[in-house]
Amino acid sequence: MAQVEETHLPKEKIENPRVRMWKMMFGRLFQNKLAVFGGVVTFGLIFTAIFAAWLAPHDPTEQNYSAVLQGPSLEYWFGTDNLGRDLFSRVIYGAQVSLQAGLISVGIALAIGVPIGLISGYYRGFLDEYIIMRLTDAMLSIPALVLALALAAVLGAGLTNAMIAIGLVLTPNFIRLIRGEVLAHREKEYVEAGKASGISDFKLIIKHILPNTMAPIMVQATLAIAAAIIVEASLSYLGLGTQPPDPSWGSMLANGQGYLDSAPWIALFPGFFIFLTVISINLFGDGIRDMLDPKMK
Amino acid sequence: MDVKQPNKILLEVNGLKKYFSTGGGMLKKKQQVKAVDDMTFTVKEGETLGIVGESGCGKSTMGRTLLRLQHPTAGEVIYNGQDIAKLKNKDLRKLRKDIQIIFQDPFGSLNPRMTVGAMLSEIVRTHDIVSKKEEKKYLEELLLEVGLTPAAYWKYPHEFSGGQRQRVSIARALAVQPKLIICDEAVSALDVSVQAQVLNLLQHLKKKHGLTYIFISHDLSVVKHISDRVGVMYLGKLVELSDKHDLYERPAHPYTQALFSAIPDITEEKQERIVLKGDVPSPLHIPSGCRFHTRCPLATDKCVEEAPVFEQVRDGHYAACHYAE
Amino acid sequence: MGEKMDAQLKVEDLHVGFKQKKSSVNILNGVSFQVYKGETLCIVGESGCGKSLTSLSIMGLLPKQGEVQGGKIEFEGENLVQKNMKQMSRLRGNDLSMIFQEPMTSLNPVHTVGKQVAEVVRTHRQVGKKEAYSRALEMFELVGIPSPAERLHNYPHELSGGMRQRVMIAMALACNPKLLIADEPTTALDVTIQAQILELLNDIKAERQMSIMMITHDLGVVSEVADRVLVMYAGEVIECANNRQLFNNPQHPYTQGLIASIPKLKEEKDELPIIEGSVPSPEKMPKGCRFSTRCPFAKQECLTDSPPLQEAEEHTVRCWMHTDRWEEMTPWKGVDEDGREATEQDLIRS
Repeated sequence: MAQVEETHLPKEKIENPRVRMWKMMFGRLFQNKLAVFGGVVTFGLIFTAIFAAWLAPHDPTEQNYSAVLQGPSLEYWFGTDNLGRDLFSRVIYGAQVSLQAGLISVGIALAIGVPIGLISGYYRGFLDEYIIMRLTDAMLSIPALVLALALAAVLGAGLTNAMIAIGLVLTPNFIRLIRGEVLAHREKEYVEAGKASGISDFKLIIKHILPNTMAPIMVQATLAIAAAIIVEASLSYLGLGTQPPDPSWGSMLANGQGYLDSAPWIALFPGFFIFLTVISINLFGDGIRDMLDPKMK
Repeated sequence: MDVKQPNKILLEVNGLKKYFSTGGGMLKKKQQVKAVDDMTFTVKEGETLGIVGESGCGKSTMGRTLLRLQHPTAGEVIYNGQDIAKLKNKDLRKLRKDIQIIFQDPFGSLNPRMTVGAMLSEIVRTHDIVSKKEEKKYLEELLLEVGLTPAAYWKYPHEFSGGQRQRVSIARALAVQPKLIICDEAVSALDVSVQAQVLNLLQHLKKKHGLTYIFISHDLSVVKHISDRVGVMYLGKLVELSDKHDLYERPAHPYTQALFSAIPDITEEKQERIVLKGDVPSPLHIPSGCRFHTRCPLATDKCVEEAPVFEQVRDGHYAACHYAE
Repeated sequence: MGEKMDAQLKVEDLHVGFKQKKSSVNILNGVSFQVYKGETLCIVGESGCGKSLTSLSIMGLLPKQGEVQGGKIEFEGENLVQKNMKQMSRLRGNDLSMIFQEPMTSLNPVHTVGKQVAEVVRTHRQVGKKEAYSRALEMFELVGIPSPAERLHNYPHELSGGMRQRVMIAMALACNPKLLIADEPTTALDVTIQAQILELLNDIKAERQMSIMMITHDLGVVSEVADRVLVMYAGEVIECANNRQLFNNPQHPYTQGLIASIPKLKEEKDELPIIEGSVPSPEKMPKGCRFSTRCPFAKQECLTDSPPLQEAEEHTVRCWMHTDRWEEMTPWKGVDEDGREATEQDLIRS
């Protein structure tokens, strides 16, 4: 007879697996205080960006020459800039631009990078070795900002083009990362066992390999969002991203640089928000990664 | 279940070779590792064929090549009149229903992000084993059969012990109702007491489902326990193949003799043993003539020059040695 | 073994556990044993029985969360538990040496093996580079490495697994240790190579009057090299006897089951006798005898009362069956706390 290994253990109650899985996952997420903090701030920022029109007390582009370079006050919470624009409103509207820049450009990078990385890593071969890898090498050898600058210059100034440029610049990182992960996993016995069970390559890639590469992708993606926000800020600073008078945190930071001595708040507030966004997305991303890992308790 | 003819040949392996190229950069010459080098044997229906050998002898590669998880460099693997080595991908996937594999590592061989139920049902659906309505029941019975509780259905691999995980691997192999299962060091990573449980389970399943096993292991005692016939591999080649009793009582090849004497056995007082000198040569630099001559206590000049033929020395007992009696 | 010998190492009532966030988990529960001068003691048990933790405690190499919660480890009359890092590192590699299972990861890949052995010599002896190397060469000859002078200049990856294990042994022996702890020294090796290494260890021991404490899960290896055998289960010593006595006349049901469940070359069996179930996890340790949940002979009290270690002449065992109380104990009928049903058949099966 087959021996039941668990005879002596108490009989287990079987819970609905989906409920149990979600319970487990969210249990893990909520245990992680930093991740909760990151999540709350991230969603707060997204909320702010969506409802900017209702939340902002002033028109972000309205210039008020009677209130130029004013420090934070009740009227202007974050003070005003050199053109007398309300910095609080501009930071709120800037969230739209910066979050878009972060999320959409990383979305572009993922959309291109994940499939290429998966295919390249799983099938290997000439295309992988001599074309895709050399191309990514070439792209990675150029500093990201320079490459983004060149691409943005070719595509033309403006937020949309800047996002496309940033997305393309980030893509090789994802390709390399995912390809590396796939290479590691395709040799694992569970993939071989799947193959031996007659599961098709497509299913193996999508259902078996991809979920196991999620953790590093997640981390890379949150880091990339942060990087994208900064690159967008730099592009705006150089005049290739968001066009004035539209506010973006990057262009505000650039603008404030000239007034660091006399009116430090102009640079301080957008700078602080870039920092806050980057940190909270990272923390949240870490939390999500742990949440998706069934081995974590 | 169809009526079985005794000794019907289930799998026929002819001149199977698997070479790997290594090194080989722009300026370096490529080197060939002859992991499996010209193996010929048959597997009869309903038997357990044990394959033993030390690490690096190519036994695992052989197992994977049979299933075409590795493409053979040359040779045929004939199952049901079809040559597995030449099948098209689509036909190969169908055939994989009949031949399954169980791996050594109970940690690496299960997808850590899939529950046991999801994993099994995927396989069952791929081959349309049962209707969707009966699937759950079928899988729960399967889990019970391999000695797990039906609750295992909802669990992730990391929630099991090593022995239980190996039972899950067995369930996966069994799910598609195969004819032949290749056990690649299937119990080697387990503790002694758990190993015995899994070995008994494999025996029991074999009887119940009329399975055929190819049982690959480095552990001669385990192989002898579970097998009907045993093949001994050395550096990519079979050096001996025989009924297990004959092999144990009258090993014909000096390597087999040394292997038997090297095994520490608890049932006997210390005996005089043949301790082989030196290491297994690297498969990159396979010795000339008989591959074993560098370590063989009986080697002569003939062994250095001439490779022995793998031939019958007694009824059903094959060996590759110039001096086999 | 004849007359009583002096103990080289004496472990007394050792408790070791792991610190966790709030609580701590106990793994080793009152382990006591001795290693006599010039003998080989084999500690055998399945994974999770605490055999490796025992050796790490002796070497002072417990992982960061590990802590000695009580007991004594006496080596050369000194209590190792009370020694600090510096004192321990002076002992390690000197009087007290260890070889590990995986020789590849225990050797530094960026230095030649000769350098690594010489390094050990120079750490513990006031000698120059040249002398250290000649000592290394001497050791390489001792452990039977062919063309030792050339091998000195090899890197670990250039050597085979068996050769690397020889290097590890050479390194461990370089300072004439009094006690060698070998943790699964042949598990990663092939049988023919294993035979070589076991023979080497036996020869060296005889030659140098050194004590060896070998940890292994392989009963075959044990029967090959041990003078005395210590069987551990779930963090406790359950049986200790000299080699032949243990294998010919095992007393504890666990030892009996373990020996029975190994496939043997000389015997022919359709089905292997097995020990049911698996080792309980440290959190779910049974209250009484730790083997009670898997024991085919268990009586009602076995579940609740922990049996004492019965010290008898050269054969120690921890089981109620070998006490006077056994006759009075209630046969196991009905159901225990966890809902296990025991039938008469359960009790007589062996």
